[in-house]
Amino acid sequence: MIHTPGLTRYGSKPDREIAANPARLQELNGKLRSYAEARDYLPNQVFVGQQSPERLAEIARPWFGHRAALSEERKSFGSVIDEKPFLALVALADPFKHVALLDRFWEETAPMLQQSPVCKPLAASSPNIVDANGLKAKIAAGDGLPLFAGVDPQAVGWIANGHKEDGSLSAIVLLENLCGKVSAALALEELFVRNDGLKKPDVGLVLGCSEEAVGDRYQRGGGNMAKAIAEFSGCAMASGFDIKDFCAAPIPALVTAAALVHSGVVENAVVAGGSSLPKLGMKFLYHLEKNMPVLEDMQAAVAVWIGQDDGKSPIVNLASVGRHPVCAGASLDQQLKSLVIDPLDRLELAVPLVDKFVTELHNPEITLPANGGDVAERNYRMLAAVLVKAGKLARTEITIFMKEQGLPGYAPTQGHIASALAYVPHAYQGLTQGRFRRCFFFARASLFLGQMTQLSDGMSVMLERHP
Amino acid sequence: MDLEVQGRVKQLAEEYGKDELVVLLGAPNVDAARVQFETMTRGDPTYAGPLGGVELGLEAYHIFEPAVKEVIDPARYSDLIETLELGLEADSIVEAIQQARAGKN
Repeated sequence: MIHTPGLTRYGSKPDREIAANPARLQELNGKLRSYAEARDYLPNQVFVGQQSPERLAEIARPWFGHRAALSEERKSFGSVIDEKPFLALVALADPFKHVALLDRFWEETAPMLQQSPVCKPLAASSPNIVDANGLKAKIAAGDGLPLFAGVDPQAVGWIANGHKEDGSLSAIVLLENLCGKVSAALALEELFVRNDGLKKPDVGLVLGCSEEAVGDRYQRGGGNMAKAIAEFSGCAMASGFDIKDFCAAPIPALVTAAALVHSGVVENAVVAGGSSLPKLGMKFLYHLEKNMPVLEDMQAAVAVWIGQDDGKSPIVNLASVGRHPVCAGASLDQQLKSLVIDPLDRLELAVPLVDKFVTELHNPEITLPANGGDVAERNYRMLAAVLVKAGKLARTEITIFMKEQGLPGYAPTQGHIASALAYVPHAYQGLTQGRFRRCFFFARASLFLGQMTQLSDGMSVMLERHP
Repeated sequence: MDLEVQGRVKQLAEEYGKDELVVLLGAPNVDAARVQFETMTRGDPTYAGPLGGVELGLEAYHIFEPAVKEVIDPARYSDLIETLELGLEADSIVEAIQQARAGKN
């Protein structure tokens, strides 16, 4: 996770609101969190594995304002990175040198990069540097965007438009893409730092499943962020490609990676979901209205390594894959039938044999003030209803099913990251060191948002304990 | 409530008369159900749509209400609606609509 309060203004909603009413910027900045507040926020601690998701049920909301004490017994699988080293990495990840950092900012930040085990491997080069006068001149000339660290009104850098007439290469789009690239590379570094069994030259394929659209005016969304991530991470033997399916993309990416490894096309694949800049501050007006912190100041990324059978790691059961065919239509109950009931029937598995059903895990503290409801709770209630209708669950078991086999929401509203992918590391721990036997992942995609079809999509897959 | 739907309801009410219409609501939660009911009876509470300030006073029911269920073939209801009824906060929605109808909201 990366705490990015200074970038929150460039989320899609804040960017539009500030353009319409510049006074909004001060209101937004007045409600952003400090790094320590964001790091110690319970849902973020759950996200990086310092706390179990079950801990959320023990502590009443509001979770903001409450500092989560680090739990001794849990081994985390990620970290919360500060905005300053992240901005420095954004500059280092930019091969076309559109980003320039203020000299003083780079002097302050370079040692931070060297001190962080996940930033250091990505910080081998030097950024494009500008002095205070040069930065002032760039800001005065326009043709790009100033970069800020936190709420400090003094800019610490600049990102130029990539092409004068190409909206696909505008500074805001390049910034979005670079954020996705750097955050995904950081997630990969977490994977390398914490897994002795995986070395960079061993990675044959990186599969991207993020939400950006890398391209130019002749091919918007041309893609292959995955290869850019592989290069920046130093995975020299890897090729890559992106899988697009709105929020559901991580599941087809996991399934594709497992299928390619299983069939022998590659030995090791990494699925990388980078962060989404446009989703920062998506509900900030509601948070301001409720006089609470703007909680959508976090960018988040997840990386999952799919490798050979090592005799102990969980299995991706390819026989369990659920798809959502066109003929299933768009209604939620039909969707869930395709994604959950059909695979359970195929595997002849009863509901109690699945320890966790994993789906969208948005933090309700972000969505409830915006009248979006508790997304996780709503999905589990509907899943329970579909299971009842299919004769797989008794009506009287709905509440206990939701509590025991569902999960509370804790993920930032970063679309595909919240959409089941965030739970993979928790499932891994449960399926190796814990008591889990099976975790069933399913994600849904709102294809209709792109206005090419009224349909949605989705995919599901079971992760199983090694026999 | 969807502005296009508001416009369509207003048009139908003008064309056929209020007494010839019954509105069937399908809101998935209590808040949305309340807003839909109010829009169909006392007018759009947000004043954003064509029914802002227009009090149609239409007869409106939610699909989960017993009075509606009675007139739907049970097999069809079971096929198409029952899962949603089970998965959404149906009891609370019905209660909210009945209270709104009784003028308690």
